[in-house]
Amino acid sequence: TSTKFGHYYDVSKTMSPELFQSIKWHSFYLPEELSLQPTVKTCNMNSAYGRLLLSIQRIIYQEGFDGSDPQKKQKNILRIGIQSLGSLLWGDDICCSDTPEDIHSLTKFLYVLRGLLRKSLSACIITIPAHLIENKAIMERVTNLSDTVVGLESFIGSERETNPLYKDYHGLVHVRQIPRLNSLICDVSDTKDLAFRLKRKLFTIERLHLPPDLSDTVSRTSKQELAGSAKLLSSGCGAMAIGKKHLDF
Amino acid sequence: QGKFTLLRDTRTDGSFLVHHFLSFYLRAGCKVCFVALLQSFSHYNIIAQKLGVSLTAAKERGQLVFLEGLKSCLDLWFGEQEEQSGQPNPLQFISESTSDLKALFDFVRVSLTPASSDSWKGPVLLVDDLSVLLSLGATPVVVLDFIHYCRVVVCSQLKGNIVVLVHSNEDSEDEENELVVNSLCHHSDLILWVEGLATGFCKDVHGQIKITRRVSLELTGEQDVIQIYQYKIQDKNVTFFARGLSAAVL
Repeated sequence: TSTKFGHYYDVSKTMSPELFQSIKWHSFYLPEELSLQPTVKTCNMNSAYGRLLLSIQRIIYQEGFDGSDPQKKQKNILRIGIQSLGSLLWGDDICCSDTPEDIHSLTKFLYVLRGLLRKSLSACIITIPAHLIENKAIMERVTNLSDTVVGLESFIGSERETNPLYKDYHGLVHVRQIPRLNSLICDVSDTKDLAFRLKRKLFTIERLHLPPDLSDTVSRTSKQELAGSAKLLSSGCGAMAIGKKHLDF
Repeated sequence: QGKFTLLRDTRTDGSFLVHHFLSFYLRAGCKVCFVALLQSFSHYNIIAQKLGVSLTAAKERGQLVFLEGLKSCLDLWFGEQEEQSGQPNPLQFISESTSDLKALFDFVRVSLTPASSDSWKGPVLLVDDLSVLLSLGATPVVVLDFIHYCRVVVCSQLKGNIVVLVHSNEDSEDEENELVVNSLCHHSDLILWVEGLATGFCKDVHGQIKITRRVSLELTGEQDVIQIYQYKIQDKNVTFFARGLSAAVL
């Protein structure tokens, strides 16, 4: 069954201007910010992250998402999207160096951001190119500081591309963490093996299951291959998407 | 009295133990200083209410001192005004270049040192969770020093208890965190180690808890006592049972 929710996109075209002209949106483009305000004091943190935090905090305050001004009664949630955090685009070298200059900037940024999100009507989704980060300790800390962590692992360029088990899919979805907020229990789903398929107008996530073994001619070796692949389902990690829930009620 | 309990989780979330100890000590009438680094006050309050305790009421009557780390960090980062009430921000190490946790320790010490009008039973320091301090720029030595100072004041001088939660993953590459966790294990009187099942997720058994009473620290020649149970978390409760004897199985 297909639902209409959230499936209005076409990756071969850019978004039509009418779609976003009617809503209020803000952007943060680092090169632009740098030219507008060449020097900004950011204590003990990568300056791009510091500027981004200031920008987010300013928007939250000015648009009333923190409930500080009862006049500006917000009925909406501020949705924030941050792309390629931790990469060179943000002036961070953890993606290109074995010994980064400042391994704490990213996690400090996430902690302050978490505070901002908890104190306001906002939600944030972040993508991080985890496969580029040599220092795995950073990714463990990033996971602990996030509410929801989902990993996308593409088959392109890996040996799984030719594996018959995966022929219908483009990659795997790893749910690494789910939020446990305001409750002792959390909603863990039964399914742990998920795969995704990316088409021009559709992104689907489906349960991965071994195909039925119907033919007598399926030799023993290929059965073992399938079983071996099934064991590998939970390893590896490509680009990561992280969502942070918001509030505080 | 004077005990240091370490809560440790691997492959799962051990924070249900934090909620348990918080409501347990509040109900017992102890003065509690809760350093809550990862979640907001309302998160703990909502869960505490399910366990029968109101954190707001405890704060109002002076029984609970709650440090909401996320909020303090925001004050530090965006606050234009100088420190209100003359007290330095407990998390000032995040923005300072000298990363020592003295301000945090002073906060704990001041919170738990009894005033003459206090009639609470022994003080308790609760930390959720210590691993966050490493993410914020504190070195392992600084974190261990902080814990050491807290032990001297809270456990030895004030005869109170400390309960600290740390995360540790098997095959973790976070060497700094492993260092802190291992060091704390050596010095703990009681270790509660919560682990997800090695066989993967199960609806009826959420994990296993290994309780180690460090009797060996008392130097009487006895060995540590280790007990292992399995548990299932419910909305208002956690049930423990012997391994293999989950209600779903019997």
